[in-house]
Amino acid sequence: MSRLSWFNVTSLTLGFAFLYLPMVILIIYSFNASQLVTVWAGFSTRWYGELLRNEAFLDAAWVTIKVAIMSSTLATVLGTMAAYVLVRGGRFMGRTLFSGMIYAPLVMPEVITGLSLLLLFIGIGLDRGVLTIVLAHTTFSMCFVSVVVSSRLLTFDRSLEEAALDLGCSAFDAFRLVTLPIIAPAVVSGWLLAFTLSLDDLVIASFTAGPAATTLPIKIFSAVRLGVSPEINALSTIMIAVVTVGVITASLVSKRSMVRKQKEERAAGQT
Amino acid sequence: MQRLVLIAVPYAWLLALFLVPFAIVFKISLSDIALAIPPYTPTLDDGLATFFAALDFENFTFLASDDLYWKAYLSSLQIASVSTVLTLFVAYPIAYGMARAPQEWRPTLMMLVILPFWTSFLIRVYAWMGILSQEGFLNQFLLWTGIVGQPLTILNTNIAVYIGIVYTYLPFMILPIYAALDRLDGSLIEAAEDLGCSRFQAFWLVTIPLSRNGIIAGSFLVFIPALGEFVIPSLLGGSQTLMIGKVLWEEFFNNRDWPVASAVAVILLLILIVPIVLFQRNQQKQAEQDA
Repeated sequence: MSRLSWFNVTSLTLGFAFLYLPMVILIIYSFNASQLVTVWAGFSTRWYGELLRNEAFLDAAWVTIKVAIMSSTLATVLGTMAAYVLVRGGRFMGRTLFSGMIYAPLVMPEVITGLSLLLLFIGIGLDRGVLTIVLAHTTFSMCFVSVVVSSRLLTFDRSLEEAALDLGCSAFDAFRLVTLPIIAPAVVSGWLLAFTLSLDDLVIASFTAGPAATTLPIKIFSAVRLGVSPEINALSTIMIAVVTVGVITASLVSKRSMVRKQKEERAAGQT
Repeated sequence: MQRLVLIAVPYAWLLALFLVPFAIVFKISLSDIALAIPPYTPTLDDGLATFFAALDFENFTFLASDDLYWKAYLSSLQIASVSTVLTLFVAYPIAYGMARAPQEWRPTLMMLVILPFWTSFLIRVYAWMGILSQEGFLNQFLLWTGIVGQPLTILNTNIAVYIGIVYTYLPFMILPIYAALDRLDGSLIEAAEDLGCSRFQAFWLVTIPLSRNGIIAGSFLVFIPALGEFVIPSLLGGSQTLMIGKVLWEEFFNNRDWPVASAVAVILLLILIVPIVLFQRNQQKQAEQDA
């Protein structure tokens, strides 16, 4: 069924306009010279300059990146372990509870996750700061990682692992030398997903951050509550640009490696 | 031994940082507010007997007796359902168009749907603040074309909340429907048309039922997070927009009433269990069909 009617073309055009126009408008207005965000007063990069001089935003950005790197790395390790246990672990006591705890955070409202973690941290007397945000982000993003990785584990040929074990690999070596290289793309996309989830999170960070550590979304939220500001437009534009470049690069790289793999397979098939 | 470590580490992590916190929320929802640190009684320092004796369902009776909470739960359910239906109507034609597009376009179209997904949620909601305000882009455009004589008030109303939810959750609806339509066998539609169906009848009797699983999955993926939404109602909604996520936030941060905030969370969770279980069932059924 690949014949586009005028109806299909219209709905695609309108649909993508709806998805992208708001961001395009935001980006255009970030280059507006006027303080008034709705009046166009000529092209200027003034707000980018002001942004770079705004220490509070730079500090918050630094905290956010630190938290995102630490939590996504931890989440990738834990999430991959959890996925391996779920798919390859066989039966063990409390398996149902375990898989429940993996899937529940995916659909849990953020306000509840945030509130419950905050109450835990206060209960055990842990001071709120970078550490508590990292713990919170790791917990919900490891579940996303484990879903991404386990869907890859489910589709791959188990006999490869068994062959490695038969040929004398220890279980750990079989994982390191056979399983890991095969699931690597899923692990990498899991890491990227965890990283962006952490960068993006406002609600859980608001509950678990203390006065000692403020993340960028918290800063942005308190600024935009007061209304639209050209500085936030500039900041948003930078963030959109970084994500767009990142996603396009990642997809090009994975496409190229796929093409290379197919070539190798074809070459191997010919010999 | 290795297997034990492999199971124990993520298991212990989730127990400590997911399950125990819920037990604490549940416990505090049964406590009373107090002028202390932490601001509730009893605590375990009071001794076990007094601890259990002092727990009661007072906060829940309070929630039941106060209109505000009832209305907040009901209006969250209403906003979430209406916006789920709206999202479906916006998403279906897009997914349908994607499924009929030439094969070589599809990866690009998929990428265009997924890209906003990776962009900050907060920024996507914020973008609408500038568009919907009194002197915003939409009003300027409408005034310029002469469709309206004076600017419309859209920002800080429920309409803005609907627009915000539809916009931010649209990819969640498009992707499962597209996946279902993509698998659909085109010859079935040709068969229906050969047998005398009009194009509309074929669409209504063949395409829609066969994409049912995608529609159901997408609806849950929009409805469940929309119900507990906080960012959208607090940035785009007005003072009359009541949503339970916002109420919980205000109870906790503004009124500092931790026991009531916890009780609000427990009830929200109870409401969510129904759609979550239904969603899981639907996913399982689909997985079995695929296998």
